[in-house]
Amino acid sequence: MNMVSEPNVKTEAGPALVVDNVSHRFGETLALNDVSLEVPRGAFVVLLGLNGAGKSTLFALITRLYDNVTGEIRILGHDVRRRASAALQRLGVVFQGRTLDIDLSLKQNLLYHCALHGISGREARARSKRALEFVELADRANEKVRNLSGGQARRVEIARSLLHRPALLLLDEPTVGLDIDSRESAVKIVRSLVAKEGLGVLWATHLFDEVEPTDLVVILHKGRVLFTGAVTEFLEKTGTKTVSDAFRALTGITDTELAA
Amino acid sequence: MSVGSATEAGGSLQPAGQEAGHGWGVEPAPLGLRAYFTCLKGIVWREILRYLHQRERFLSALVRPLVWLFIFAAGFRQTLGVSIIPPYQTYVLYEVFIAPGLIGMIQLFNAMQSSLSMVYDRETGAMRTLLVSPFPRSYLLLSKLVGGLSVSLLQVYTFLLVAYFWEIEPPLYGYLTVLPALILSGLMLGSMALFMSSIIRQLENFAGVMNFVIFPMFFASSALYPLWRIKESSVLLYQICQINPFTHAVELIRFALYGQVDWTSLAVVLAFTAAFLGGAIYAYNPSKGLIARRGGPGGS
Repeated sequence: MNMVSEPNVKTEAGPALVVDNVSHRFGETLALNDVSLEVPRGAFVVLLGLNGAGKSTLFALITRLYDNVTGEIRILGHDVRRRASAALQRLGVVFQGRTLDIDLSLKQNLLYHCALHGISGREARARSKRALEFVELADRANEKVRNLSGGQARRVEIARSLLHRPALLLLDEPTVGLDIDSRESAVKIVRSLVAKEGLGVLWATHLFDEVEPTDLVVILHKGRVLFTGAVTEFLEKTGTKTVSDAFRALTGITDTELAA
Repeated sequence: MSVGSATEAGGSLQPAGQEAGHGWGVEPAPLGLRAYFTCLKGIVWREILRYLHQRERFLSALVRPLVWLFIFAAGFRQTLGVSIIPPYQTYVLYEVFIAPGLIGMIQLFNAMQSSLSMVYDRETGAMRTLLVSPFPRSYLLLSKLVGGLSVSLLQVYTFLLVAYFWEIEPPLYGYLTVLPALILSGLMLGSMALFMSSIIRQLENFAGVMNFVIFPMFFASSALYPLWRIKESSVLLYQICQINPFTHAVELIRFALYGQVDWTSLAVVLAFTAAFLGGAIYAYNPSKGLIARRGGPGGS
């Protein structure tokens, strides 16, 4: 560990996220097999994998729904298992399912999240307001979430995940079920955060067109990491031109399996 | 819908002149006592808001016990005579007798709704939002319990208010002395439901919970009939009723409503609360718990 040893100076060392040799087993099934990956600060990392590849299990471990038994997971150097509180303070999550309270207003949803991070009063209200401005929904702050479209709700969820100013943002299939416009706007918001705030982002998806040439990719297939690195390397290594071809080449799956 | 415009216009999340220590990339302060209180307040506030906003839930929570009181009790009144048993000092109307049972029912339903709903509907997501908070998990679960409890207290006192006009008139101080009993019984039922939410994944809908948990607990208890009556017809059922924690929750409430303490029930309720709460905290513990083994809730 390369923690700075100066007294009274708190420095968080290391990349936004490090997953180190993590395996996870449910009964007989090996859901994750010796998975290692890294999300540097200020990087947009796409976790590509089909349904059932182990993405959700990996996310459950990083968000500490349950503990990793083997290996290590560190958020800004904080071990998720041993220093859970510090690690979770630096983590923002957008879950796959809808997790807003639809009967509460946007503002109430955000204030609740602030409270879950110990942020109260004026500070909480100011942060909520700014976060809604950021995703261009400030004018609907007092409306119920029920009245929002799927894309708008997603944007609120992104705004919510940023309230406590995390250094690492996890998004689990954030664009599933959204129309093209909403998808684009969600992607754009998150990418701008990476550029401006130096956030590390781990974006899990099975949609190849969400990968941009400058991104880093992690290919997760049947619980194993088959590749991690830049998109250009990925294409080079597989001798292909598109990410989807590269994915097919690497995993050896057929188009019909992909379609399923 | 162009989201880019705001960000391109320099819409940073960081307000200008942001004080040091509040920005991105700066390690946040460890969570102090005040933060803990903020968290508890937020969780309780959300539970109450959600309850008040869901009009159907609000109404059904009130209508359910009132239907029992107005219709069932009225019909049963002639069939079932209740002799003088403590804490009552005179013959009481059947309505008066079942009021504590109905209060227990309110708390039972509320506990199931607030805790068990996490198993199967979109609250699964809400649970994960809760668990990803940096506070210790046992504290989050306790806060969640206190939130559910607050809602149930709201429901019970609304019921007592309406029931007052239906000749359920406990002594005035009873409304105060019943409060600690309600808190205990609410905590017991809430932690039971929380514990169940972690181990049961098979109950697909609320009907299943009604059939397998709520109805058996409610009917095999002293909520609707005094236990000595049950003993007359079936000793086995009587024994089942006696080990049913719900019976003791009801008796605790019944005596407390008249300013008295049923010590046996108090001990039983306390013991079950501790057991269920311990079970729930264990089950939700990320390294030991049952969730880890099952990959739920919401796990694939």
